[in-house]
Amino acid sequence: MTAVVEVRDLSVGFATDYGEVEAVDEVSFEVREGEVLGLVGESGSGKSVTATAILRLIRKPGRLTQGSIMLGGRDLCRLNEDELQQIRGTEIALISQTPRTALNPLLTVGQQVARMFVLHAGLTKAESRKRAIEMLALVGIPEPERRARQYAHQFSGGMCQRVMIAMALATRPRLLIADEPTTGLDVSTAARILDLLRELGRETGASILLITHDLGVVATTCHRVAVMHAGQVVEVAPVRALFRHPAHPYTRALVRSIPRVDREITMEPIPGAVPSLLNAPAGCRYADRCPWVEERCRRQKPAMTEIAPEHFVACFAVEDGRAAPV
Amino acid sequence: MPPLCEVDDVKVHFALRGSAAWLRTLRDGKPPVVRAVDGVSIDIEAGSTLGLVGESGCGKSTVARALVRLVRPTAGHIRFEGAELTGLSDQDFNEVRPHLQMVFQDPAASLNPRLSVRRMVEEPLKLHSALGAAERKERGEAVLEEVGLGAELADRYPHELSGGQCQRVNIARALVTNPRLIVLDEPTSALDVSLRARVILLLEELRQSHGLSYLFISHDLATVRYLASRVAVMYLGVIVEEATTAELFDRPAHPYTRALLAAVPVPDPDAKRDPFVLSGEIPSPIDIPAGCRLRARCPFAQPVCAEPVPYREVAPGHFAACHLV
Repeated sequence: MTAVVEVRDLSVGFATDYGEVEAVDEVSFEVREGEVLGLVGESGSGKSVTATAILRLIRKPGRLTQGSIMLGGRDLCRLNEDELQQIRGTEIALISQTPRTALNPLLTVGQQVARMFVLHAGLTKAESRKRAIEMLALVGIPEPERRARQYAHQFSGGMCQRVMIAMALATRPRLLIADEPTTGLDVSTAARILDLLRELGRETGASILLITHDLGVVATTCHRVAVMHAGQVVEVAPVRALFRHPAHPYTRALVRSIPRVDREITMEPIPGAVPSLLNAPAGCRYADRCPWVEERCRRQKPAMTEIAPEHFVACFAVEDGRAAPV
Repeated sequence: MPPLCEVDDVKVHFALRGSAAWLRTLRDGKPPVVRAVDGVSIDIEAGSTLGLVGESGCGKSTVARALVRLVRPTAGHIRFEGAELTGLSDQDFNEVRPHLQMVFQDPAASLNPRLSVRRMVEEPLKLHSALGAAERKERGEAVLEEVGLGAELADRYPHELSGGQCQRVNIARALVTNPRLIVLDEPTSALDVSLRARVILLLEELRQSHGLSYLFISHDLATVRYLASRVAVMYLGVIVEEATTAELFDRPAHPYTRALLAAVPVPDPDAKRDPFVLSGEIPSPIDIPAGCRLRARCPFAQPVCAEPVPYREVAPGHFAACHLV
């Protein structure tokens, strides 16, 4: 399968008074055509910064320090602001975590969706309005004609998120970045939003980069998963392999640390805390939390190795067989 | 043995104000009322955890607030250790407060940004005990130790703490007066995965070592399954089902409970998903439908569902409010 977007050795740093915080450290992954790639990790693992970097929306004091982001033969890291503006919203769209604040409170919902067609497809006002109502119907908003004339504050959280999805998919983007799209929604609303994303992704052919900390969402929605810890991607695997045979010590700990609704388990929290990324250590950033740590881990950064088809992990202990496979 | 705390047919209604309410009064002939809690009865047994689950707007937090008298119930009774709380004056209620504490959802917002951790943990002792300054300090430090915060954090301020540490301060503050019951309103939902696990384990450990009881309010069913011994499910101001945790999760009787359970994403790509979903959204607590409140959204709805719903025992210790079970 071909990659829609290919991120290679991407690093993002934020300058502070105390030194540089390396929030994203040589991250590589690709999102393939028609797939949902999950990007998981704790807060502060660099998931959202990675997404922001793909959109080239990192603001000062942050900056891209190295790497490339290939989309359709072009490196987004080398484009100027005008060229990027052509890509944002048309080829890459974003659904954010807080749909209500992402919507403009002074425009009707219909106007906001219609703007996408005016700006990116050059349609007339009347045409774009018609298309906007079609989009609202597509994302499952009842009575779209009437609802299009309403404002964001008249919508529930779940309905706001549907509007965001309508806006994001209006231009048929190649890549849809969904940053925690269901955090803050009720379980049943969240389940329906995820179903909608999956369905519409399939219908419109958009690939989805789904950022989440919820492994349940990953298991039910994603095809492949990239696990991030403290700014580094530590494991990339097909979703089934990740849950059946988690390899990296962090992934293993993450899977064991969550309570489950479907059965009784003994829960084990992940030891330690995400390390400070201010002047971060040179080697593996999980070293201080890892049961298999050895001297080499602190000095040297483990490279990604393929331990099974399509299953990559960056860990010396897994490479040497010290961490027995599960 | 009577339960530690009995909530008996409690109602909390809020009157609407403003021009929209005035128009409604003209239209309906009576002033509009939000029936946030509309006849809830639950028992909390000593030494156990009762989970109270439901979606936003179902009234679960209002039940909690009524229990610690942050709102006054419109009707009904609340009994604690056999004593009636509803008729007490605010002054007499203050005598009960040390035994009945609460931990709120937003760990940082519920702390006073201008007080040090030490001050906040000692504050309840100033109000509710006769301890001197040195004794308060000692007691405060002992409790901080218990919740896993070292003495070096005692002089910090909330902005210097992480979310998990803030929630530990909240727990310490609730614990310092040696309560019998702690109301936990979504104590883990603002926390990250790894912190959540640790706070859950801490709560369970404290319950066992202190013989505490919890009313654990959450929409996170997995956490409820882990902590609660009994679970009550709330929908639109009423309890629709209550059973032991194992029974409720394995054999949900009410369609609403089944839909809630089916909606939780399970961290296992091979898990069989129950495709059961409810249509529509939770109706407004101003215009509550007659009969079963779930009627308009329930795929099994029959004409009988428009009749008042009996709350029946469907299996030993398992209660449900549904005509069809």
